[in-house]
Amino acid sequence: MFDAWQRAFTKVFTPAILKFLGTGLLNTLYIATVSIALSFLFGTVLALLRSRKLGALTTLAAMYIEAIRNIPLTLFIIGMRFMTKLPPLESGIAAMTIFTSAVVAEIVRGGLNSVNKGQWEAAYSQGFSTVGAMVKVIVPQALRRIRSPLIAQFVTTIKDTSFCAAVGTYELSFTSKIVASHRTIVTAQDILLVYFLVAAAYYVVNFTFSSIARRAKDSDAKGIVK
Amino acid sequence: MNGPFSIRNWRAWFAAAPLFLKGYGQTLLISLWGLIFALLIGVFAGIALTGKNKPVKALLRGYMSFFQNTPLMIQIFIYYNVLPKAGIRIGVFAVGVLGLALYTGAYAADIVASAIRAVPLGQREAAESQGLGYAQTLWHVILPQAVNVGLPALTNQAVNLIKNSSVMAVIAGGELMYVADSWSGTNLIYGPTFVMTGVLYLTICLPISMFARSLEKRSVRGV
Repeated sequence: MFDAWQRAFTKVFTPAILKFLGTGLLNTLYIATVSIALSFLFGTVLALLRSRKLGALTTLAAMYIEAIRNIPLTLFIIGMRFMTKLPPLESGIAAMTIFTSAVVAEIVRGGLNSVNKGQWEAAYSQGFSTVGAMVKVIVPQALRRIRSPLIAQFVTTIKDTSFCAAVGTYELSFTSKIVASHRTIVTAQDILLVYFLVAAAYYVVNFTFSSIARRAKDSDAKGIVK
Repeated sequence: MNGPFSIRNWRAWFAAAPLFLKGYGQTLLISLWGLIFALLIGVFAGIALTGKNKPVKALLRGYMSFFQNTPLMIQIFIYYNVLPKAGIRIGVFAVGVLGLALYTGAYAADIVASAIRAVPLGQREAAESQGLGYAQTLWHVILPQAVNVGLPALTNQAVNLIKNSSVMAVIAGGELMYVADSWSGTNLIYGPTFVMTGVLYLTICLPISMFARSLEKRSVRGV
């Protein structure tokens, strides 16, 4: 038993395998980071469209958000990969941005709604224009409230990049699948070690961000009590 | 008309529709079983988390932390590839149910625990003063009130679970996403496949999401 684990270690911890998995991790982080950044941009636009009264635009934004959030991300990943000519990583980013924007839009909208209406009135009474009130009064307060759910969404996005394994994109999950099916990786211990190593990589990154999100949430909760 | 959405492609898709409906049924079945077990895990773990047994609580926290911070995809890979090597053969359906239940259960536990904590302490004290035991208090007084608090979040988790069942496409799970992926790949008909697969998922997830939203509105009014 112990022997089997020892053999597994010498087989898995080779420079070639670690370098390959490292590339997978970097691709995962790259896809997730660019996707969440773009999703924040588009999500904010969607949230603003949905929370203002702009007729058809508001309806369209609401329909987009509701439809996208109720379809699996995997479908967008497969569709983007096979229906466009985008390269693998970019196709993953495009699919994840389409999906995550809808999720982020609801986070941003929740943040905007959570700012008391009195803040608008107070800003207007001080002579702020709508845009001025938005930028100087509402958004800073909303940002504080969406900080925690947004970081939590980043963790979800990192996990979601694993769905790109469905189309063979070289992110961390797919690279681990390739390593686990390599001809030298045979025993249950070998395979388990590969997946635990990869799970540990995900865990370290995600636990770090989950903890930051939780701390932000706790400090906000305290702020409200005060 | 040519291109991915040509009449020919739509005809071909509708001819294959029974295949997709079978996958749809499979998605429903896997999700239902996954949800049942996830809720069981959630309720028992949630109760234990609000209890006094420290080692059990530490163990549960470890479980939740690991399953919430690693992708379901990796968890599924482990069940699918490692269990057979260890002599445990359970088939893709069971792998899917196991994966979805353990993954969603980790979130459900959090929701149930905070729902129980949201029930005012006075309720427990009142029940105990009436001579109710721990289990009776939990069953007759705490849980019925906690259900109202936790139901919207649990309903949203049900939607996530259904969407997450699509990871089974990677292990030839036979559910809707697998059918969509393999059929479109074999026949090179993508347009109608993706539109109709999206519509099929919407018919499951949208009503549940709307139900969750109405529950949220109700509980806000209740406050």
